[in-house]
Amino acid sequence: MTRFMDKTFWGLTIGLVVILVANFLLEDWLRFIGLQSMARGAVALGLLILWRAGLVSFGHALFFGWGAYAVALSQKIGITDALLGIIIGTIASGLLAFALGFLLRRYRAIFFALLNLAFSMILYGVLAKLEVLGSTDGIGVKQPSYFGITPEGANAHITLFCFTAIIVYIVALAVHRYLSSTLGAMTIAVRENEIRLEYLGYSAEKAIHVKYVFSGLLAGFGGAVMALAVGHVDPDSMVYWPNSGDFVFITILSGTGNVAATFIGALAFELIRTFAFDYAPQIWQLLMGGTLLVIVMFLPNGLWSLTEHLGKRRKSAPSPAE
Amino acid sequence: MTFGIKRSGALFAAAALLAGTGLAQAQDKVKMAVPTFLTGAGAPAFGIPAKKGSELIVRGINEGTLPAPYNTPGFAGRMVDAIIYDEAGGGTKQVTELRNKVQKEKVDLVVGYISSGTCSAVTNVAEELKILTIETVCGTPRVFEELDKNPKYVFRTMNHATGNNVSAAHYIAKTRKGQVKGFVGLNQNYAWGQDSWRDFELAMRHLAPEAKPSSKQQFPKIFAGQYGAEISALLRGKEKLVHSSFWGGDLEALIGQGSARGLFHKKDFVLTVGETVAYRLGKKFPQGLMIGARGPYGMYAVDDPNPLNQWFQKEYRKAYGEPPAQPAYQYAQGILAAKYAYDTAAKKAGKFPTTDQVIEALEGATFPTFVGEVKMALSKGHQAVTDDLWGVTVWDEKRGETVLKDVIVFPASCIMPPEGVASIPWLEGGMKGAKC
Amino acid sequence: MDLQLLIVIIVDGLIYSSYLFMVAVGLTVIFGVQKVLNVTHGSFFAFGAYLAATLIGVWYNAELPAFGGFLMIFLAAAFLGVVFGLVIERGLLRYLYHRDEHIVVLATFAAFLALEDVIILIWATDPYFAYQPMELLGWTDIAGLTFDNYNLSMVGVSMTIALIMWFTLTRTRFGKILLAVIFDREMSQSMGINVNKVFLVTFMIGAFLGALGGAYVAPTISVQPGIGVEVVVLAFAVVVIGGMGSIPGALIGALVVGISRAASVHLLPEVELFVIYAIMAVVLVLRPEGLFAPPQARKI
Repeated sequence: MTRFMDKTFWGLTIGLVVILVANFLLEDWLRFIGLQSMARGAVALGLLILWRAGLVSFGHALFFGWGAYAVALSQKIGITDALLGIIIGTIASGLLAFALGFLLRRYRAIFFALLNLAFSMILYGVLAKLEVLGSTDGIGVKQPSYFGITPEGANAHITLFCFTAIIVYIVALAVHRYLSSTLGAMTIAVRENEIRLEYLGYSAEKAIHVKYVFSGLLAGFGGAVMALAVGHVDPDSMVYWPNSGDFVFITILSGTGNVAATFIGALAFELIRTFAFDYAPQIWQLLMGGTLLVIVMFLPNGLWSLTEHLGKRRKSAPSPAE
Repeated sequence: MTFGIKRSGALFAAAALLAGTGLAQAQDKVKMAVPTFLTGAGAPAFGIPAKKGSELIVRGINEGTLPAPYNTPGFAGRMVDAIIYDEAGGGTKQVTELRNKVQKEKVDLVVGYISSGTCSAVTNVAEELKILTIETVCGTPRVFEELDKNPKYVFRTMNHATGNNVSAAHYIAKTRKGQVKGFVGLNQNYAWGQDSWRDFELAMRHLAPEAKPSSKQQFPKIFAGQYGAEISALLRGKEKLVHSSFWGGDLEALIGQGSARGLFHKKDFVLTVGETVAYRLGKKFPQGLMIGARGPYGMYAVDDPNPLNQWFQKEYRKAYGEPPAQPAYQYAQGILAAKYAYDTAAKKAGKFPTTDQVIEALEGATFPTFVGEVKMALSKGHQAVTDDLWGVTVWDEKRGETVLKDVIVFPASCIMPPEGVASIPWLEGGMKGAKC
Repeated sequence: MDLQLLIVIIVDGLIYSSYLFMVAVGLTVIFGVQKVLNVTHGSFFAFGAYLAATLIGVWYNAELPAFGGFLMIFLAAAFLGVVFGLVIERGLLRYLYHRDEHIVVLATFAAFLALEDVIILIWATDPYFAYQPMELLGWTDIAGLTFDNYNLSMVGVSMTIALIMWFTLTRTRFGKILLAVIFDREMSQSMGINVNKVFLVTFMIGAFLGALGGAYVAPTISVQPGIGVEVVVLAFAVVVIGGMGSIPGALIGALVVGISRAASVHLLPEVELFVIYAIMAVVLVLRPEGLFAPPQARKI
């Protein structure tokens, strides 16, 4: 039990309490940014799991969009409950990841990244063509109900925020536990030397497949939350390839050191984008790209490494492959 | 590069200025958010003219130099502070931005939106935020027919896209009676292109039943840029009439590539938003094309003697060195609608009006615009109807501009569905209730 | 199927394939040698188109000899090849080769975002037209249809590029060095090959080809913001189908996609949008490394 209650556990717990209190005090636009951060952060958390195994996906907008559309479509058949919707979105993406995993688990490095991108582009093409799903205009998502109650106005987002924060808390703890378990620790072995791992009697492909499904579930969860928060799903802002780039952006911004960092990184990402957009309406992409370049060049382990610098002397982090 | 640096310097200065006014929050100003495409493919054909039109009309309103009845300064006497921002990035991002503008910057109203995708995404959020939102260009009828059936805060001050395609079919039925045996579509493969073709085809079925649609409609990917194969297919096809809702760079590429192969001599083209690029291409824009402007805007307004229109034409050309195309008019019209509503509400209330009073004044209103008037006739007084015009392009050597001949005006009651009837059922049912 | 239709499909297909090859070849060259999926490729294309359109405009406004417009196209591409080689490879990527390859992709993605706005800063948002070279070449009738010679000339340019590439790789010393670096970077370094220089030169060639794609296409399109985004996706699809890093692969990928697309436009236009995705999906499932993937050495 003591091992379970490590620093990350306490950090996440305090974080949860803080944001739950803040939820009632925040202005609505900030709360909305918080919601988006949790949604995108969840996807980045999925990428973190893969990253630990040395794999990066440039196509997780596929699962993000799939989960979002699953929520929108489940509403069409009368499912308006938020929890049910989120579960449907999460599982839908998990199943898709399970199916694609049989193919993708055979690939590593850049090929893995690009195959994901390719599949996300296929989904984009299909959605843009389907007039029954509103084509590129997308479809609307109604305010969900929570166990039979449908909150109105600002309460809708307060409720969704609480709800999402609690799920994210549980999920983040679970991922943290998973990463420090034996199965999770194998991820690093996959990255470092896959063949040696296989000689030890583990199947690298199976390990990767499991991670892939986890990352798909998380991305689907993020997409489902995003659909409910925004109230609308469309291919351009959910599935198109720059969205996948944004998720990787968040992962790099956060660093892969800690699950909590992912959500801080996601929040930083949303805030940078919001302010870039406000103050430089025609060159906000330049600011976003510039920020990312600075992080890549000068903060190779992301924002999280700042906290490590501030804390005690950094222990030798596992160096990247090669 | 120095040019670039200077521009960015100016941008930062402008941004700093914006930030400053944000802090000051002067009480006697009306803050108006104006989303339009400042970057990406939507910018040149729509976003930038829309921005120019907005800036010009806001300046005219603040200085009080517009002709009557808009000759009082400001909205109900208060100066207008327009915050123009980028519509790029898709629906999700625009929802975020709308929240920021309303809750962080405390804007009083929003006037704008070009893409149907953005309107689909933001409409219900605007209702939820209780922010007066005047949608200007976006065309999809779904906004009030499907997404927001009981609008309170959201308005649209021009025809939706159905009207434009119906009037195109009317124009063909009138001017080419019996000559059109078949027709084919060349539309971009996304919601706008798909909707435009569907509306046109349905309208043609009733207005020109002898013309048969081809079995091979072309739907190239949006922003594909290369249309060689499509042009070959059109040239080979026996249908003489081609319907296309292409716009912006895609339309310009099509015209460049098609002209080189004689496409526009061999086929009759109906370009539903062709007006957006006609000025820019100058003499390169083919003659004898039927082009639409979704109402009495741009090229269709150029000679209208209405003083308001003359002011706009003159000042726009003076300020930007080019004639105003349709998006400039359409955004300016949305802003005029806001001025009309604020002024009318203020007169009634005897003081500066609340948002609810402004909405009441705009609901179901009829207000004068650059050419003729706008009637907020549909969707409980939230969806405008205007006349629509169609004509054929011809080069005017003396002016050095493309102009239109054989123009026919189609009254709003002829091309838009009656109140309470959705577009597609109306088209499928043979456009009952249309008064032409 | 009648003969005229068949000829038209082949001509249309070849033209579109040439476009795809020109768009994709630079991407595959850089990937093949440096193992960098270079997202800034889209920027090279866009800059190429803008600079060529600008130079062509200047050239014809000065009423210089008409065929010089073509010179401007190549001049623009060459200039950009050198500039981007120095700025992106020397200024950015070189500091990242020792890092994860994903980080490198992300860095190019970041640079791509930034460059999109740099275009707006330099050229603003108004479109540029450079139709003169296209008008100059006139048109030809093939199988009863009119084709413009400029687009037909693209077939020749693409074939020339492919031939020069093939010759360089198989018949020159630089080609042999490249192959050595591709096969084993460390080993070639220890054999005394200046890998840094090889990388720079390759990157410049890749950037030149990307910019040439944009520059050569410029006269047929309206050059305006956003043209780079679509190109990244298209080039990427062609390269995935053909096999990442393989030049014959890019050629075959372009031909397969180009001919199938032309056939679908003429025969079954409803599926046109899916053609490229469908081919990609089939190739990915059956042969995920692409049709012509270069062999991978598996190191233990």
